Amino acid sequence: MKTTGLQSVVSTFREIKSRAESQWQELCNSGKPVVMVGAATCGRAAGALGVIRAIKDEVKKHKLDCPVVEVGCMGHCYAEPIVIISKPGYPPICYGHVNKVIAERLIREFILGDDPCLEFVLGALEANELVPSLSDFPRARFEKKIILKNCGHIDPEQIEHYLANGGYTALVKALQMPPEVIINEVGRSGLRGRGGAGFPTGQKWEICRNAPGRPKYVICNGDEGDPGAFMDRAILESDPHSVIEGMIIAGYAIGARYGYIYVRAEYPLAVHRVRIALRQARKLNLLGKNILGSDFSFDIRLFQGSGAFVCGEETALIASLEGEPGIPHHRPPYPATDGLYGKPTLINNVKTLAYIRHIIDNGAEWFASTGTEESKGTAVFALAGKIVNTGLVEVPMGTTLRQVIFDVGSGMQNGKRFKAVQIGGPSGGCLPESALDLPIDFDSLTDAGAMMGSGGMIVLDEDDCMVEIARYFLEFTQRESCGQCTFCRLGTKQMLEVLDEITKGQGRIEDIDMLSRLAEDIKAGSLCGLGKTAPNPVLSTLRHFRDEYEAHIKEGRCPALMCRDLIAYYIIPEKCERSCDACVGSCTTEAISANKKRIKVIDQEKCVKCGTCLSACPPQYNAVVRLSPPSEVPASK
Amino acid sequence: MKTVSLTIDGKKIRAREGEKVLWAALDNGIYIPNLCALHDALEPFAACRLCFVEVEGKKQPVTACTEAVEQGMVVNTRGPGALRLARTAFELLVASLPVDCAHCPSSGSCELQKIAAHLSIKLKTKRFRKLLRELPIDYSSPLFIYDPNKCVLCGRCVWICRERLGIGTLGFAHRGFDRLVTTFGSEPISESKCLDCGECVVACPTGALAFKDRQGIKSGLGKGG
Repeated sequence: MKTTGLQSVVSTFREIKSRAESQWQELCNSGKPVVMVGAATCGRAAGALGVIRAIKDEVKKHKLDCPVVEVGCMGHCYAEPIVIISKPGYPPICYGHVNKVIAERLIREFILGDDPCLEFVLGALEANELVPSLSDFPRARFEKKIILKNCGHIDPEQIEHYLANGGYTALVKALQMPPEVIINEVGRSGLRGRGGAGFPTGQKWEICRNAPGRPKYVICNGDEGDPGAFMDRAILESDPHSVIEGMIIAGYAIGARYGYIYVRAEYPLAVHRVRIALRQARKLNLLGKNILGSDFSFDIRLFQGSGAFVCGEETALIASLEGEPGIPHHRPPYPATDGLYGKPTLINNVKTLAYIRHIIDNGAEWFASTGTEESKGTAVFALAGKIVNTGLVEVPMGTTLRQVIFDVGSGMQNGKRFKAVQIGGPSGGCLPESALDLPIDFDSLTDAGAMMGSGGMIVLDEDDCMVEIARYFLEFTQRESCGQCTFCRLGTKQMLEVLDEITKGQGRIEDIDMLSRLAEDIKAGSLCGLGKTAPNPVLSTLRHFRDEYEAHIKEGRCPALMCRDLIAYYIIPEKCERSCDACVGSCTTEAISANKKRIKVIDQEKCVKCGTCLSACPPQYNAVVRLSPPSEVPASK
Repeated sequence: MKTVSLTIDGKKIRAREGEKVLWAALDNGIYIPNLCALHDALEPFAACRLCFVEVEGKKQPVTACTEAVEQGMVVNTRGPGALRLARTAFELLVASLPVDCAHCPSSGSCELQKIAAHLSIKLKTKRFRKLLRELPIDYSSPLFIYDPNKCVLCGRCVWICRERLGIGTLGFAHRGFDRLVTTFGSEPISESKCLDCGECVVACPTGALAFKDRQGIKSGLGKGG
């Protein structure tokens, strides 16, 4: 790029940045208290919008000069709605599980008065004498935030916040570098695609740069569809500019003029915030024609996916962008050489693109210093299931599953026993306790029969039946199969039928062999990644929990007492309290009656196994139990 | 035209550069099972997953319809890995079809019969559950019957009708196990924009599309009137 152009880039950017910084200073250091409310989807689901309204009303009522800012997700989703109050003289304090009443009290007693309401504190954001800080949490020892750093601390709808926190400096730096050097830097960093397959990002960029054909395109894959995964959503909602900046740098590096952000329409807030971010970036000429006065032009359009899981597969995604049915094509040719409209197309996951600015800013060596030999950097996981601290975490690659689940996630809910962790969504697998000390990286997870996938991590406890879990995920992929190729359309359907039968106690022992043989064939024979990985939940549960399959088939018994057809509810007469009728009243089918001694008995013929009696029975009696197989129920006298 | 030489099942052949292995084999009298392949289509559909072959130097069997020939390539169409995948795919297909050759108008010309013979497996599979869809049969066209239950979703009829003839009466609808070939809005064929050319019937490898009058084929109706 010409030197004169570069000078103008640097000076234009300096101006933009200093304006943003003064705005940020005005917010943070003007002596006013500031209230930030986590208002990503996780916060909103927990009631953040009501909290914001209550805070604003209270601020107005007391005529306070106190800005109320909506921020994204900090990762502590279990404690939403989260409110952060920065008041001069105090460290910024983060409050969890805030409701309208608590919110009003915080304004009255902390902002108006001087009582920081320590009873609602989650932690302070920096070390101090007054309250324990979040960095004192055991999880802080393991977390290393790179792409989640800004999330929950800036207003995603204000580009100035991003700019004041180091935003777009990487873009300016990149514009002064030859594209080959950028690609080399990304390559040397060891960054691998975070969409699941873990393909080296630098290599993909290089292939795309060298591919003949123009124009070239950059696509951000935000079609996150795995059950229990919400990392991409959180990043798009909390820090959309980091993804946009990554895309612009990618566009500059491969020589593209246009980019698309493909977000699923089921993420309306992400769509909304990305749209605002694009508009703001365009306004400051960080996007569009002659970016910052340079001779590089790049613009991004937002495209909303219409809800097909398979559109997360890159060839199906491209078909969908072209207006065709979202159906995968055979690879090769790969999109890098033959993608959107037949042109070279770079397609990267949201998280992959979010790392780019940090690699350009801090260098390849800095990034490569975190992680394992083959998997560099950090991994972002969405913790879900029977874990205490559900939410988002970012840990260095090579952290063990045990550290993520028990130290970062604070272990199992309700003191239950850990049974398995499902990683990688419908394409991933279930890993048992023996795999907990496995360092997490792309290759170790694949070897163990799971997969990094996009980063969903669902923790299962002793009450979860592994056959049922496998059946659930297979039902999902079966439903989401495009139906084009034989293996995925009919093979997964066959597997699902067999699993259905097993969970109903109608399985045959030879079904296990049939399942694993068919699963191997589907993996080897399917057209696209969806089919090739669809059998993984079944294969991994067969590998690690074969005894549960056998118990279902041979004994008609569900060891986790989950499969409805294989259990019966029973009231233990010795534990049943004569004067209590809670279960009788709760039963929806009038299956429970009292005998002559006023001990309650379930009529198994009438029972529909809904389980309400189990919840109704007061904990001091705990008389209702589930038994499997149903023949375990003693004959009534 | 540049050609390359390769070996398929021990037979040395020459093929046009860039040609797919499937067509190179078929042109030289070597049969590889296939249903969805169309030589004129721009891109292979690669949907039926029957044409698996083993190529020396590749760990996994590949589909012959997507694999381009290369100089010195050694292809084995009857390797155990390839046959295993082809057989599983074929058994999956027939497990979802009402196999009733005795009463099917396409018996004799049906490609499923040919493939079953080639792979030496029966049309009645014992390995898998029978999964039938029980969809209504469309008798409305004066020329042919469309029985979606016998359809293997190869897409030949859709391609012929849409891409070659530019009519677009038939298309795919729904997803997963429910995917089927149908008209726009699933209206009866007689009420669609079908021109009764019968090209789709000629293209159909199974009995899903069959002439009402078997003479129809001979009287030339089937060749577009």
